Amino acid sequence: MNIFALSVSAILVNNFILSRIMGLCPYIGVSKKLDSAFGMGMAVIFVMTLASTITWIIQHYLLVPFNIGYLQTIAFILTIASLVQFVEMVIQKMAPALYKSLGVYLPLITTNCAVLGVSIININDGLSFIESVLNGFLGGVGFTLVLIIMAGLRERLEKADIPEHMQGMPIAFILAGSMALAFLGFSGLKI
Amino acid sequence: MNYIMIPSLMIGGLGLAYGLVLAFASKKFHVEVNPKIDEIIEILPNVNCGACGSAGCAGYAEAVVNGEVPINLCAPGGVNTVKKIAEILGIEAAVKEKEIAFILCQSGGDENTLKRYDYQGIATCKAAVLVSNGPNYCNFGCVFQNDCIAACKFDALKLDERGMRVVNPDKCTGCGACAKACPRGLIKILPISKRVHILCSSHDKGQEAKKRCGNNTACIGCTMCVKKCPVDAITMQDDLAVIDYKKCISCGQCALVCPTKAIYDQLAGQRKKAFILEDHCIGCTICARNCPVQAITGEVKKPHTVDPEICIGCGICIQKCPVKAIQWK
Repeated sequence: MNIFALSVSAILVNNFILSRIMGLCPYIGVSKKLDSAFGMGMAVIFVMTLASTITWIIQHYLLVPFNIGYLQTIAFILTIASLVQFVEMVIQKMAPALYKSLGVYLPLITTNCAVLGVSIININDGLSFIESVLNGFLGGVGFTLVLIIMAGLRERLEKADIPEHMQGMPIAFILAGSMALAFLGFSGLKI
Repeated sequence: MNYIMIPSLMIGGLGLAYGLVLAFASKKFHVEVNPKIDEIIEILPNVNCGACGSAGCAGYAEAVVNGEVPINLCAPGGVNTVKKIAEILGIEAAVKEKEIAFILCQSGGDENTLKRYDYQGIATCKAAVLVSNGPNYCNFGCVFQNDCIAACKFDALKLDERGMRVVNPDKCTGCGACAKACPRGLIKILPISKRVHILCSSHDKGQEAKKRCGNNTACIGCTMCVKKCPVDAITMQDDLAVIDYKKCISCGQCALVCPTKAIYDQLAGQRKKAFILEDHCIGCTICARNCPVQAITGEVKKPHTVDPEICIGCGICIQKCPVKAIQWK
């Protein structure tokens, strides 16, 4: 599997939000402002890359040799939770403004199934170490891409003349559905 | 044995390793949070009413500590809260004048409402105004479903025996929740020191407004009050007289001339006249220049006199006099 194919697959064809339907909480929650969407995207890229790396090591050097593959879920969740906690501390120290704008969604990365999802997909697809790290990174890039498109659209919608009962969440859901339809087109790509 | 030992050791070991890393990180990346924020959250009423404009009490506490907003915006907390915040922050307390809700409509009770139909729908004002413009004949008046009472968190609004909503000035904190709840916008949050109010919100034209008001106290747009007001505080806005409370001196002159009694003066009949003590007066003319009705006359450096016939008892001269030579009589 070459890098180009992996990128197109992770970013567009098997996009975490719109094709795999993972990580919908930040997709709806943090997509109101472009700035915080970008920050959230960066945090997710960071966490997904790191999570892919560490979970791959844990799977292949701990779980498989000791024959305890059935503990995969609990071991991965432990890893991701600690990782998010760590990232939260770093962001709070290094970028307080970003920490504020991310708000409650940063701890929510813990329960963001995209992060656990990428770790398990890496293992199930039998990816090598390098491919796993790349897949985690590119999955995060795909996540960020969709989040930023959504935030851009929603910022424009703020100024649009929307019927009163469709304002806010209802129009956001319709928007999310239309975007998923658009991304469905990528599934026809032959690489 | 290995079936239990190996998994427990593995997961336990992982947990321990992560725990150590996090413990190290929490020391390394420790962020100081201003302890004053927590202290101020303790003092605030914590009803999260949003009257201050911040998102909840915690948000206001943080904004106050950072000096982004004045310390006197908490309406429910009142004077005591402002003083305590000032104490914590070590700054002067600038207490804002207490504001309370005023309902600018005298209709809506059991007896004093002309009904177009008998409303039996959902018992909220928001629903009632949607059914052919409300159950009462007046298109601007109270629709008596008591959304304001439901919105009040402080038990300050009550129904009296006539079915009218009455604000209890002691309990009202001026948070504005009722004003937001009223779909007709009849409730205004105004300083408690303002004593004269136009208790009508009808923009209907003269005869029409009077015909539709069940209480017969509609503003008919005659502009008598506008002409009478000594400080030009009243203006006509779409056939309704509106008081500019920044200019209003609560003299009550408008209430006297209002032909429909739409203007209510809390101090009617209680006003006293100003009186200048001749021994103390230094003839500085400040009072004469500030009197809105030119009731004070006198030459420079000679004692002035107040004409009790003209004096309206607004008290401006008493405030302005530099030597405290003017008293109520």
